Amino acid sequence: MDIKEYIALSLILFTIGIIGVLIRRNAIIVFMCVELMLNAVNLLLVAFSKMHAISPVAKTSLTYASDAQIFVFFIMIVAAAEVSIGLAIIVMMYRNTHSIDVNFLNRLKN
Amino acid sequence: MNTQIIFILLSLMAIGGAVMMLVTRNPVKSILWLIVVFFSISGHYILLNAQFLAVVNIIVYAGAIMVLFLFVVMLMNLNAETEPGKNYRLQFIGIIAGGCLLLIMLSFLMATKTHQPVLMKVGESGLIKKLGRTLFTDYVLPFEISSVLFLSAMIGAVIIGKKN
Repeated sequence: MDIKEYIALSLILFTIGIIGVLIRRNAIIVFMCVELMLNAVNLLLVAFSKMHAISPVAKTSLTYASDAQIFVFFIMIVAAAEVSIGLAIIVMMYRNTHSIDVNFLNRLKN
Repeated sequence: MNTQIIFILLSLMAIGGAVMMLVTRNPVKSILWLIVVFFSISGHYILLNAQFLAVVNIIVYAGAIMVLFLFVVMLMNLNAETEPGKNYRLQFIGIIAGGCLLLIMLSFLMATKTHQPVLMKVGESGLIKKLGRTLFTDYVLPFEISSVLFLSAMIGAVIIGKKN
């Protein structure tokens, strides 16, 4: 497979995530779209690491092609921590306003 | 040839699941569609021979994070179709903006002439032996710092979620 096909797939998934953040007003769905964008980036990082695994540098270096996959691992770690905090914030918001409409957060302006 | 067919099938599954996640009104069904997307991305990882990441993706995302989402939705009793009042004009503008972004980036992608092949189904860079060696030699400090991150996230979630 060519790297361009992976870039196109990741672009489509990322754009679907962006559109979801823009058009949905349910806070949980917005949060899930952020997760979708993170996953699109993860897929692209893995594809690039396998692209570089062919290069001659990868034959000599021990860890050259594995670095991008370590990055993906750390992105997953940060995503897990982010989800726990974000869901706690959503639960707190629901407890205070009895709604999870993100437009309710407008009142934070004042 | 076989790889091509599997790639197209997994891609269609991922894109279809993502679109269904957006258009479904019910939050529980939306979460289930997102799990479909995560499984197809794990299939992509297996196709790229990144076995460790495929398993971690299923365990962490489909197993832990999405169950947490489902748990919160059930806890707040949101499984009814409770989308607040819609603003069609804003939705239209959002779709147009996202579509323009996609079109511009895809047209730049198609304009590039280079062809770089991706190593499919073989290669050792995604195996757990090599990844573990890399993680515990070159990246051991970020690995330890991430444990501090988890600790602070746990404390923060407890403090935020506490009543008063």
